[in-house]
Formats: sequence, C-alpha cells, structure tokens
Amino acid sequence: MLAWTIYLSFAGALIEALLPKGKAGLARWFALCIALLGLLHAVGGFIQGIGQGRNVIVDVPWVPSMGIHFLLAADGISRVLVLLTGLAAVAGILFSWNVEHRTNEFFAFYLALIGGVYGVFLSFDLFLLFVFYEIAIVPKYFLIAIWGSTRREYGAMKLALYSFVGSAMVLIGLLAAYSTAGSHSTSLIDLAHAGLPVSFQMWCFPLVFIGFAILAGMWPFHTWAPTGHVAAPTAASMLLAGVVMKLGAYGCLRVGMGLFPRGLDAWGWTFLGIGSWRDVFAILAVIGIVYGALVALAQTDFKFVIGYSSVSHMGFVLLGLMTLNQIGVTGAVLQMFSHGVIAGLLFAIVGRVVYDRTHTRQFAELEPMHLARRLPFAAWAFVIAGMASMGLPGFSGFVAELQVLIGAWIAKPWWTVAAGLGIVIGVAYTWRALQKAFFGDRLPTAEEHPKIGWPDLGAITWPEITGVALLTLTSFAVGLYPRILLDTIEPAVKALLAGGGQ
Amino acid sequence: MNYVDLFRVTLPETVLEIAALLVLVVDLGVVRKAALQMRLAVAAIVGIAGCGVAIWSLSMQGSTGLTYGAGNDLILLGVGGYIAAAQVGILVLTALTLLLLTGSVFTRNAGEYVAIVLMAAAGGLLIAAAQDLLVIFIGLELLSLGLYVLTAFAKASAKSAEAAMKYYLFGGMSAAFLLFGFSYLYGLTGSTNLHQILLQLHNGDLYQATPLLNVSVVLIVTGLGFKVAAVPFHLWAPDTYEGAPAPAAAFIASVSKVASFALLIGIATAAVHVFDVPGNAAASGQQLHLGFGGPWMVLLVTLSTASMVLGNLAALVQVSVRRLLAYSAIAHAGYILTAVAFFSYSPLSTNAILYYILTYGLTIIGAFGVISVVERATGSDRVDAFLGLQKRNPLLAAVLLVLFLSLAGIPPLVGFWAKFNLFAAVLSVSAGVVPFTLVALAVAMSAVSLYYYLQVLKRAYVMPAVDDTPIKAHPVTLIVLVAIAAAVVLMGCFPTVLQNWIAGF
Repeated sequence: MLAWTIYLSFAGALIEALLPKGKAGLARWFALCIALLGLLHAVGGFIQGIGQGRNVIVDVPWVPSMGIHFLLAADGISRVLVLLTGLAAVAGILFSWNVEHRTNEFFAFYLALIGGVYGVFLSFDLFLLFVFYEIAIVPKYFLIAIWGSTRREYGAMKLALYSFVGSAMVLIGLLAAYSTAGSHSTSLIDLAHAGLPVSFQMWCFPLVFIGFAILAGMWPFHTWAPTGHVAAPTAASMLLAGVVMKLGAYGCLRVGMGLFPRGLDAWGWTFLGIGSWRDVFAILAVIGIVYGALVALAQTDFKFVIGYSSVSHMGFVLLGLMTLNQIGVTGAVLQMFSHGVIAGLLFAIVGRVVYDRTHTRQFAELEPMHLARRLPFAAWAFVIAGMASMGLPGFSGFVAELQVLIGAWIAKPWWTVAAGLGIVIGVAYTWRALQKAFFGDRLPTAEEHPKIGWPDLGAITWPEITGVALLTLTSFAVGLYPRILLDTIEPAVKALLAGGGQ
Repeated sequence: MNYVDLFRVTLPETVLEIAALLVLVVDLGVVRKAALQMRLAVAAIVGIAGCGVAIWSLSMQGSTGLTYGAGNDLILLGVGGYIAAAQVGILVLTALTLLLLTGSVFTRNAGEYVAIVLMAAAGGLLIAAAQDLLVIFIGLELLSLGLYVLTAFAKASAKSAEAAMKYYLFGGMSAAFLLFGFSYLYGLTGSTNLHQILLQLHNGDLYQATPLLNVSVVLIVTGLGFKVAAVPFHLWAPDTYEGAPAPAAAFIASVSKVASFALLIGIATAAVHVFDVPGNAAASGQQLHLGFGGPWMVLLVTLSTASMVLGNLAALVQVSVRRLLAYSAIAHAGYILTAVAFFSYSPLSTNAILYYILTYGLTIIGAFGVISVVERATGSDRVDAFLGLQKRNPLLAAVLLVLFLSLAGIPPLVGFWAKFNLFAAVLSVSAGVVPFTLVALAVAMSAVSLYYYLQVLKRAYVMPAVDDTPIKAHPVTLIVLVAIAAAVVLMGCFPTVLQNWIAGF
C-alpha cells in the first residue's frame, strides 16, 4: 500500500507536466487529488502497520550483478515519516493555491520532489535510497529558482550544491562500504550484518553522517537552510523545512547510525572532553540549537526568523540521535514529525498568508500595518503555531523536545542544560516575531504612510483555512495523545538500537 | 594469416569503405542536381544503411581473430568480446551523428562529408580491434585524418578552419610522439605485437634493465592522451568543439572517444592478460599490470587527476556551451582513465569503461543536436542563447534537461549508473589509498560539475527569455533527440539491459 505513494507522485508529476498550459485550476485540483491519494495511502499504511515490525513491500532484483534490489520496506520510523510527507504534501498544495505562473510545471516539480521523499523513507536498499535522495535535489532547485523570491537564484544554487556535495560524501562512503563489505548485496539489512571492521566504521561513519547532516541543517553546514528557505516559494519552504531536512536526519539515523554503529564508539583518547564522534556531533547539535535561536532573535526579516528556528529545532533531532538511548532517539523521530508539521505551518503563515498579501517581510514595515486587527486569522494562527514551536504542553513539540532532553540528560547532563537554553531563547524569538509582525502598535510615520498605502489585503481563502486547520489539528492531536505515534516509533527505535542498527 | 581470414575479420571496415564510395557515386552521380537538403538526406541514408550492414557483418566475422607469425599464434586483429561491443557502439553512434545532418547548412558537399565520416568510422573500428602497434597506428591515422577534415568542413567559417589547423598541428605532433614511442618498444623487444611486447617486458624485467622503456611509455601515453583529450594534452579540444560543424563535433566527441577508449581497453587487457597469450604456458596472473607495470599506472593516475580537476574547474567559467562541453569531456575522460589505470583481470573494468563511454557518446550526440538547433535559430552557442528555451521549444528544453542531468550523474539517469559502475570497478580492483582517493576526488568533482550544467539549464528554464519566438527544429532531428533522451531515461531505470548486452558479447 505504501509503495503507491511513490508511484502515484511520479506518475502525477509526469501527467502534470503534460497538462495543457494556462489551465491553472485543472493543474491545482489534479495535484491536490494526487497528494490526497498519497496521504490516503500513507494513512492506510500507517494504520495497517500498527503493531507490526518491519515489513517488506516490494523486493525485485534491479541490478543483480551488483546485488542492488528495488527493495521497499517500512518500519515504524518510515511509516511515521511517510505520514508526515503525506500531510506536508497536501498542506503545501493548499498553500500554493495562488500560484498562477507556469502552474502545471510548478506542481510537476512539486510532485516529483514528493515522490523522491516518499522513496527515501521507504527504501531499504542503500543504492535505491541514494537514488531517491538525489532525485529530490533537482526539483528543489527549479522550484526555488523559478518561483522563489529574495535572491532566489543564489539560494537555489546554494541549496543544490550543498545537497549535491552532501550526497557526494554519502556516495563515497557507500562505495567504500560496498567494496569493504564485499557481500554483493546493497540491502541495508545485509550490509549492517556484514561486520564492517571497526577501524573502517570509524572513518566512514563521520563521512556519511556529515553528508546527510548537511541536509539536516547541522551547524556549521546549515547556511543553505536560511537562504534556501527564504528564497523558496511558500510550498517549497514548507517542504524544505517540513520533509527535506528530515531526509537528512533520517539518513543520519538509518544509514549513518544503522550501518556504522561502531563508528560512535570511543576513540580511546579525549581532547577537551571530546572522546568520540558521538561527542563531536552532539556538541555541533547543541551549538546549532543555541546558535540558530540566537541568530533568529536578531533577524529583521520575518521569514529568516523561521529559517533559523528550523536550524535550532533540527539541532534537537540531531542531539536526540546522539543520545543513543531509547527515549532520546524516539524523541528525535517524534521531533522530526513535530517540526515537519509546525515549521510547515509557520512558513505557510509567513509566506502565503502574510507575505503574499503585504509583499513585505520586514518587521519595520509590518509593524505599522497592525496585522492583528486586519488579519486576525493570520495573527491567531501564528499565535497557535508559535506556541507549538516554543514547545508548550499540549502540542507535539513539547513531547518531542522533552524526550530529547531527558535522553540527553541520561547521556550527559550538560547537553540538556545547553539545549534548555536554546528553548528559552526560542520563546524569546517567537515572542519577538509575534509582537513585531502582528501586534505592533507603532503608527506609520508621515513618509511611510503613502508607501504602505494600506493595501487591500484580501480575504482569507478556504485553502488557507483548511491548510492551517490540518496542520494545527495534527500538532494538537499528537501533543494531546502522543501514543498515537509513539507506539509505532518505539519498537522500531528499539530494534534499530539493539540490532546493531537494523 | 591468409587472405580469406583477412577479408573475414575486416568485413565491417570493408563494408564501410564500400558504403563511403557508394555515397560519393550516388551524390555526385545520381542526385547531383537535387537541392542540398535532398542530397544530405540521400547521403545520410546511404551512410546509415552502410552502418547497418556493417553491424550485420560483425556477426559474419566468426569467432577467431586474425593471426600471423611462424606458429600462427600472434594476433593482429581481435574479434568478439568487448571489441564487438565497442564496434557496434561506434557504428550506432556514427549512424546517429549522420541523422543529425538533416537541416544542416554548413556545407554543400553532402557526399564528401558522409564519405569521410564513414572512413573515419572504419578507422575507429580498426583501432578497437587492433592488437599490433602498426595496425594501431594506421587505424589512428585513418581516424584522425578524417577528423581533421571534418573539423574544417564548414568552409565559410574562419573558426572552423582555425580549429582544424590547431587540431591538425597538435594531432600530427602527438602522432609523431606515439610513433617514436612505438619505435623504442620495437627496438627493445623486437616485436610489434602487443602481447609479445608485454610478455617480453615482463619476462626480461626491462624496467630494471633500461630507462629507455620509461621514455617509451611516456611517449606512448602522450600520444594516446591526446586522442582522449586528457590534461595536459587537451588543448585542441575546446577549439575543435567550438569550431567544428555541430554534427562533426558530435562525431569527434562520441565516436572518436569510443574508439580511443576501446584502444586503451585493448592495451590494458593485453597488459593484465600477459600470461594468457597463446603459446605461453604459464597462466598464473591475477596481478595488476604485469606488462607495463609502475610507470604506466603512475602516468595514467596523473593524467586522470589532472583531467578531472582542470576539466571541471575550467568548465565552470565557460560562456560558450560547446567549450563547456569540451572541458566536461576532458573531465569525463579523467574519470574513465582512473578505471584504465586500475584495470581488473576479470571483464569488470572493461564492461564498466565501455558502459561509460557508450552512454556518454550517446548523451553528447544528443547535446550537440540540441546545440545545433539552438545555434541555427540564434546564431550563437553562448549560454545566453539558451535563454527561455523552455518557452521557445519545451520539448528541446526537456531533452536538454535530461541529457545534462545525466552528464552530471543524477540518478536515475544513465550517467549515474555509468559513474557508479566505473567507480565500483576501480574499488573492486584495489581498495588501496590511491584508488580510493581518486574515486573520492572524482565524486567530489562531479559535485562541482553540477554547477556548470545547471548554469545552462538555469537559462533554459529559470531566467526570462529576451526573445520569445519559438525555435523550430527539423522533425527528424527532434525525433532523434527525443529518442536519445528517452533512451537515457530508460537505460537509467533499467541499467541491467545495457550491462547484459555488453557482457553478452
């Protein structure tokens, strides 16, 4: 059932590209139908998979001479992330309802990207995973470069090159693992059982982990994220923050930690208290959390705030992975889901609801507009999304970050202290953005008044309301009853941590 | 050796030469008064038919090569195996470049053009099969002389003449180097047969005995490095790619590359199979490069590294798409040379190199096809000529997208599998530090290459057009280009088809 998410998306992308030009409505509805069908299959697969371990969906030899299989399978982690992709895909289309320029191409690239993302989450063959991972790069580039805003060509090229460099590092690691294992199989399960030498894992693990972590926005390789997010059109920034960054984190977990578990072992010597790759990456994650939050606090562009907050929140995911205990890694996976929903919501409000109406994202220009009064829907949606993003109880972010922090405390208490600092700053930047964008009470100065000119902001449309409702309710549901996802995630994480990876 | 065998083994070359003469007769005799496009079409059809018959004649060659010598155990021309696969590739790619002729206006001498293409292709077939220094040299000259003329074929274009002159001077000099190197080899071993030479080099341990061998290997690598446009013997490539008429440039970039790499495969195979020579009892070796040994490998590794780095970095700053493709071709040659340097005893490396060069040839023909259409419409091959191509001809833009992404090695297109096969083959031969570093460098450099391919695609898809008028392509050209793009996608989704085909010979 889950495999259909991939086929539907790619077939949809192909048909979308062939649709007649200039019929924007047709292209939109068609894309929405495809995304909804994909979501339906994702939900179906999720429900079917409750209480089950890993099940193989498709297994066909692809390149028999090299042991490459078209092997799709799903465990709890995959199912949850596929579900997230389905939600993000539908929400993204709802928030791009106003794309009028080359609409059918927009949705063709969009669906191709979605197909690639589904594919990564469902691949249990290393090379198949890599193939889908790379397929996702090209549509991202065109989505940003053609339909983006601020410095879009720069942002798009930067994103494409960072992604490609990351995947080149992954490819080198994979070729090395393949030739070292000599097992003539590229299945993740076979490779994990190939017994790669510890000395090999020690250098291959950081290569592959960093390769994937570039896309997860790990400091100091995060700089593509804010520029890319800001340059991207709303739907693309929703997908970038919502699912594409998760591709990186998922790769770190599934491939990096799954194939090279001994790469996390202690080196046998310490330098400044750093004694293993685990310490290195945990520290980078903590720096990312605090740094992202601090930089977000200083931004003057609304979208940059959200962009840097993504870096900060993804730091929690990486920190959770590095705890290497059940609760921390579970928290990391839940945080992937939670951040996917919340960041999508934040970008949707900033990009679609606010920017497409006011045509500015500068706080200085938004302040005199009194958006809380003129766009109450946007203001309240942002209040809710902001609360979710701060990690208030009742929202999915709270459960996820709490688990990560507990896991980090078990591993090394000072990680928790530093990461907790990030949460406090997180409250501050969200508050500041909320205040400046929506509840500013400054009146426009004389020379500003004609420039702002109180443009007609237009009514809130039904796709926006539906999209906001979809994402908010999801975050609520998971926050109030986290077991709905945790019951699926926990066994998969347990198996992954116990079984030397898989 | 008897003449029946000679005729049997050289049947495809003979067919091509007859076809070349036939083209001249038809063009100058039958359709002399017809319009240019008509004459081009007739010449191309005869030429393609010739290629088709030559492919068919490959199956009539029998299974034993052409041998000579006292015990009839020295091989002159091989048949079957990778040689047949390379020859079919050469013939198919030649036919494709002929199809691109439709709509061309660069020449009025349709018959001569096609005849020279066919003769050069015959040279390509010859060097793919050659196992003897003299035959290698004759084949290379037959191919090269054809290429010089093809480069100069746009008689009205000063650029074309300049490019041909440069190509000719560089080529002549490199041929001299090659011949000089060959003469040393002959002097040292008393044989012109590749297998005999390698056996003697190994048995006599000549590297220890004389530095002359090192000199000879350097000279030979210079000559061959020129053919595959490896740095530092690459200087002709950008000018030739830029100046030659598009179908000729496509021919140089594809067919000539396939033939040259088939020759390198032949030399490398002979070197690793040095003990398998007929009449030699000791059949032990799985070792690396028994014949040429150290210097050969060191030189190839150096050329490969320099080509990858310089090719990719120089391509970053090009404003002419043809020059960009020339530098990218240098980089691709660098990747392949890695696999020639670390060559496996099993057919793994051979198959990976053939897979790479055949798919690369196919892709580059398509790329030159797109360039020729754009050039004819805008009069320029600058990257800015591609502005708004998506609007001006969506199909052409889609073809360009597929081909360039394949060249950059994005899965699931065929270029990705070619790279992957190649690097996996290198690592399977030796997982030492040098091959691994080379592969890592190659992968890193292909990340660089995405930038310049995207520069062209960005203009086709992203940036606004300055001129919205639709670009019309000749229907035959369009069909060929779409078929090539479809093949690139399909072979990428089903990579085993071509792999099995190559391995099946």
